[in-house]
Amino acid sequence: MKPDSRGLLSGRLFIDGDHACAEGAIAAGCRFTAGYPITPSTEVVERLAQRFPFVGGTFIQMEDELAASITVLGAVWGGAKAICVTSGPGFSLMMEHLGYAAMTETPVVFIDVQRGGPSTGLPTLPAQGDMMQARWGTHGDCRFIALCPSSPQECFDLTIEAFNLSERFRTPVLLMMDEVVGHMTERVVIPSADDLDIVPRRYTDKAPGEFKLFEPRDDLVPDMCRAGQGHRIHLTGLTHDERGYPVLNADTQDRLVRRLADKIERNAAQIVRVEERNLDGADIAVVAYGITARIAERAIEMARAQGIQVGSLRLITAWPFPTERLQRLASEVSAIVVPELNLGQMVLEVERVVAGRCRVISVDHAGGTVHLPKQIHAAIESAAREAGVMRLPLASER
Amino acid sequence: MSPTPENPVRKLLRTERMPSIWCPGCGIGTTVNCFARALAENGKRQDELAVVSGIGCTGRVAGYLDLDSFHTTHGRALPFATGLKLANPKLDVVVYSGDGDLTAIGGNHLIHAARRNLDLLCICVNNLTYGMTGGQLTPTTPQPAIASTTPYGAFEPTFNLPRLAASSGASYVARWTTFHVRQLTKTIREALDRKGFRFIEILSPCPTLFLRRNRLGEAIDEMRFYRENSVIKNFAETREAELGYRDSILVGKFVDLDRSRPTWREAYAARHAEVLGDRFIRWTGPAEDEVRGPGEGEA
Repeated sequence: MKPDSRGLLSGRLFIDGDHACAEGAIAAGCRFTAGYPITPSTEVVERLAQRFPFVGGTFIQMEDELAASITVLGAVWGGAKAICVTSGPGFSLMMEHLGYAAMTETPVVFIDVQRGGPSTGLPTLPAQGDMMQARWGTHGDCRFIALCPSSPQECFDLTIEAFNLSERFRTPVLLMMDEVVGHMTERVVIPSADDLDIVPRRYTDKAPGEFKLFEPRDDLVPDMCRAGQGHRIHLTGLTHDERGYPVLNADTQDRLVRRLADKIERNAAQIVRVEERNLDGADIAVVAYGITARIAERAIEMARAQGIQVGSLRLITAWPFPTERLQRLASEVSAIVVPELNLGQMVLEVERVVAGRCRVISVDHAGGTVHLPKQIHAAIESAAREAGVMRLPLASER
Repeated sequence: MSPTPENPVRKLLRTERMPSIWCPGCGIGTTVNCFARALAENGKRQDELAVVSGIGCTGRVAGYLDLDSFHTTHGRALPFATGLKLANPKLDVVVYSGDGDLTAIGGNHLIHAARRNLDLLCICVNNLTYGMTGGQLTPTTPQPAIASTTPYGAFEPTFNLPRLAASSGASYVARWTTFHVRQLTKTIREALDRKGFRFIEILSPCPTLFLRRNRLGEAIDEMRFYRENSVIKNFAETREAELGYRDSILVGKFVDLDRSRPTWREAYAARHAEVLGDRFIRWTGPAEDEVRGPGEGEA
């Protein structure tokens, strides 16, 4: 297959999620990555190493994840769109540079293909145990955008979305995959370049001397520039004023850190995405994400065949969390079932948001494989019994 | 009366940020002065050169130079600079940091940047200690100097930085002290025009934490020490550049391969062009037409 003038392999491909991410990055205009080998995400970087020379991109294999995760930030300030890809242990090492990217408002995409942890854990097997790390892993208070693809097609689509959000909000965006989605091969349709919406970097049109690198517009997002444009910017991870100079006091800290949080939270309505199925009139809702949402589909089918009114809400953005939607849902259903490949992470946020409006049932799993549909089904069934909404199927339905 | 000529380094400094955070007698300001002079003499365009620092006293250099300047994370100035340079090949990129930042927490990046022959100038101000955090042991603190974390004297062997850089593959290696301002300026000016990984070590006094703690006098005494104990020997074997405690200091330009080794970017392009021929597309930097006005690009 021959890439078009913008580097896309438009058409129908049969590829895995990792490779689809690489194609999504190229489609989004990403032309730089720095990587360090790690399972199960290394295929993303390998494909970029193979594809980049044909599209004018640069790949450099760094000495470790600490290096890789800041090399990409340097590339962004040099004027490239850049991506950094890793898995759990590497993600842990990259935490400092996620904080640096948030503090310096660097538009960049990080992918974590989650595997079993803690520590080296299960290198080749799936988990969803880094969801809270994505939210809270770096030190200090900051907000991240995190997306959760559940198919190779979505790996392609959401990698582009991640780049678009990173440019729109001048912030790092995380793509929280899992090993199954990363290694699962399915059909991926890549549109032609003209059919894709790509958000360009919002470069300032102000003259050097007038541009302030951290002066936000009304949307709380400052415009961008790159090195070599004459702005003589100063970038620091220290608490800084709008010019970018360190100002180490409580007032500046309050202004800066609150704006960085508000930039995500007040714009959450533009960011949050969920996929809903059969929630009209549902008694039970399943809230899931990534591969677990696909497993849950089977459990939901089984329950619906029994006459249980159960629908699903799939988190496409884990962070920011779809708070308002979940609150509404909680007042409509009697229980929310939350299966995930960890010992209960996103369920904590569901419980916090639901705040007692309905029951919340965690279907946890330590990782290493996916749930059996019957495990999720059992939770749906017991929730239905408890709520008294389970009815035996009519003879005609049997 | 004729006006006083402006100091040639003034236009390269963010004077609105002065006074600096550095202590009286600290040598870092002297190195910045030499760097700015070298830049002014070299005639490089101020807007085509970026400086990248890590964390620490020398890490603050980026904040005082009126250039595109990046104060990064501890130890990671070199990888940040790697991305900056590779994404924007027209920029000259200078990494300017301290001994703790570049050789301890960032030591791995130093040897790999030299091995790859990345097109970066790396200036290492070596004051033999961590100044910002209160005078702890670094990989260059000589035995048996007192540091806050070696209260009974340092006992670890130290790095010989010129040898480390040279043996890792650096294209240009030099060492001076803050006493040798003319030689240092000339060396920086020359190194700015070289290609590949260039490493300049500058020995610099930390009067507050190293000299005082070791009862070695004031900064001016250290200048005298540098003057009396430095031995200039260009192209000396870097293995002779070991630093002892209050011992002689070998200074000079030790390595100058000037373009005889391909840079990382040159090697990348050569390899891919050889294998892929016309199908290989070179990255030449960000597209100018990407710049757009307000409003555009919003969702």
